[in-house]
Amino acid sequence: MIYLDNSATTKPFPEVLDSFVAVATNYFGNPSSLHELGRKAERLLSQSREQVAALLSVKPNEIIFTSGGTEANNLAIKGVALQYRKRGNHIITTAIEHPSVAEPCRQLEELGFEVTYLPVNAYGRVEVETLERSLRDDTILVSVMHVNNEVGSIQPIEQIGEMLQRYPKVIFHVDHVQGVAKVPLDIKKARVDLCTMSAHKFHSLRGAGILYVRNGIRLSPLLAGGGQEWQVRSGTENVAAIVAMAKALRLSMEAYEQQIRQLHVLKERWFEALSHIDGMELHTPIKHSAPHIINFSLDGLKSEVFVHELAKQQIFVSTTSACSSKKRAPSKTLLAMGVEGKRAESSIRISLSWENTIEEIPVVVRAMKEAIQKLQDVKR
Amino acid sequence: MRYDRILIRYGEMSTKGKNRNRFVVQLKRNIQKKLKAFPNIKIEYMRDRMYILLNGEPHEEIMEQLKTVFGIQSFSLAMKCKNDIEQIKATALAAVQQVEGKTFKVSAKRIDKQFLIGSNELNHTLGSHILRNTNHLTVNVHEPDIDVRVEVRKDGTYVTCYDIPGAGGLPVGTSGKAMLMLSGGIDSPVAGYLAMKRGLEIEAVHFFSPPFTSERARQKVIDLAKKLTRFGGKIRLHIVPFTDIQQTIHRQVPDGYSLISSRRMMLKITDMLRKKYNGLAIVTGESLGQVASQTLESMFVINDVTTTPVLRPLVSMDKTEIIAIAKKIDTLDISVLPYEDCCTIFVPSAPKTRPKREKVVHYESFIELEPLLQTAVANTETLIIDEEFSAEKEFEQLF
Repeated sequence: MIYLDNSATTKPFPEVLDSFVAVATNYFGNPSSLHELGRKAERLLSQSREQVAALLSVKPNEIIFTSGGTEANNLAIKGVALQYRKRGNHIITTAIEHPSVAEPCRQLEELGFEVTYLPVNAYGRVEVETLERSLRDDTILVSVMHVNNEVGSIQPIEQIGEMLQRYPKVIFHVDHVQGVAKVPLDIKKARVDLCTMSAHKFHSLRGAGILYVRNGIRLSPLLAGGGQEWQVRSGTENVAAIVAMAKALRLSMEAYEQQIRQLHVLKERWFEALSHIDGMELHTPIKHSAPHIINFSLDGLKSEVFVHELAKQQIFVSTTSACSSKKRAPSKTLLAMGVEGKRAESSIRISLSWENTIEEIPVVVRAMKEAIQKLQDVKR
Repeated sequence: MRYDRILIRYGEMSTKGKNRNRFVVQLKRNIQKKLKAFPNIKIEYMRDRMYILLNGEPHEEIMEQLKTVFGIQSFSLAMKCKNDIEQIKATALAAVQQVEGKTFKVSAKRIDKQFLIGSNELNHTLGSHILRNTNHLTVNVHEPDIDVRVEVRKDGTYVTCYDIPGAGGLPVGTSGKAMLMLSGGIDSPVAGYLAMKRGLEIEAVHFFSPPFTSERARQKVIDLAKKLTRFGGKIRLHIVPFTDIQQTIHRQVPDGYSLISSRRMMLKITDMLRKKYNGLAIVTGESLGQVASQTLESMFVINDVTTTPVLRPLVSMDKTEIIAIAKKIDTLDISVLPYEDCCTIFVPSAPKTRPKREKVVHYESFIELEPLLQTAVANTETLIIDEEFSAEKEFEQLF
């Protein structure tokens, strides 16, 4: 098997699974229970929080555990909108956000909020000047993703953060799901107020995520109930998944230190190898892109068919993003970048992890060429 | 040319006359302990200042650590060069280029009178050199963004551009040792912090009443002690089993006086531990008039059990002032966790705010407390807490 769909989800590290099983087996108490088993679960939770905070160089009380990236994005966007609606009702985001940002924005529009969707340039990047021009007196939130999940373009988060310093009433949210342990983001230095992360994108399990909330920012809770997570996210905490996530974050960041150079080399080799395929067009920008995402299209081939053809040989790639690949719509991001509709319909995404190797490249490229051959025969 | 050292200025220590060296040596020792993660640094010290030679270690992290060391008035990133005007010019220019700002001034001091150029002339020469070689800077002698301080000393010339305020106070360990009564509330950690600021070394004493108080309460105190280790290095935490004493008092002493009596026993035990571990004082988080046991009458009756100095750094503070410090030292979030502790169980419905000494002595005369106190001290558990302390060894593999 060659797994090239790591932006959809990653394979959990074995050590992370060990932690999950150990916690779920031995410390299954409810962290809110008063007895010893509850205390231990609570302790695990606070130790996880401390570890995550230390890894991100923030304070433990700025970390809220959620069920994943979607919940964290929803909590950030709706939480700010509802909490600060007296301040204003204008939100700015981009045209290339993940659905877990775009959809809550759309829901808020129904509630009377106004949303500006910023365009991106041919490299899939938002321009800071354009963003600044869109700011209004009643803007309460700017939400920009760090690394685009479809093409891997990196947004100028630090520059935006610096620019927003001049607009202290505007809250700045960053969807950092694809960036964690791949493209470093210094949350404090970039002056980010809210930052989303998701466990299963860095080799942990699904069901856990992180929302960083800078001290001083208040959020209207989406889930009301027992008051867990500082009254902002009620619900019994998924301790095993959270401990596993804390461990995975540490391991991923260590892997970054040791292997990031390797990953960059790998991506370059992929670029090189793909450029020899006829009709191929690369959509991932060469500069300012994440080291693990490669997006390209094949002239006139329906990408879904292509994905299935490769899967027959145990090679797993993706069409656009996994979350929208069942919708049969051309990639929103590619369209925003100015890619023509027909092209956008035949886009393929390869996403790498620490475990991928250079040896896989010729195998996959050969399989791709064969698949193209076969499918083109059918097309004629 | 990069910043190669951090200059540390002492605060109040400079008034210590012949004792000063003792303070300086202790400060150096404390800094060394604090910075043990940076093996390449070297510390040089003199009567009136200290230098940390960075030798390639990251200055940002070191400066962050220095902010929690008592005895430091302020510190600055510095560069050193030979007492040679050309070298001084180059160093001052390099120093100014590495900091942000639009305006600057030069404040030169010629401490080494052998150096031929006077400070006024130095100001002028260095100022015009910087102006000529930068294009965004202008001079402002009244409120400059950057104050380029140049000191020509016997051993060389030092250039610094900005000062960071230190934690102030006196180096921990220069004022002897005291026992801190650490309850788990908001006040006592703040009292401990302030005591350390005056140079005291602290050992913490906590009264634990299982099964009435839980592991969570115990953990809370460990966490608080751990926060304090940021300022004072390792802290010994004595956990005293207090259940028997509390129950005995509860049975024998009338309701209104039971709280006072418990407090007296706590003070007595703390004093016994003080003797055992060679302390010279007891520190409490009491603030005058805050609760029933902290009226002057109560304090008088409680304090009656010992002649050891009882230091109360918070005695004149308002709750809001105490909370502000607790926030600053990051203990507030832990303190407000709502677990029962030995002070919240067995609380009488109406504790006496004006207790009489004779009465409490009379009530206590019916119980034999001394052996109970002895047992409590003998069964006291002592933990040594440092910044990495973790009570939960079983969790290590999980993270």
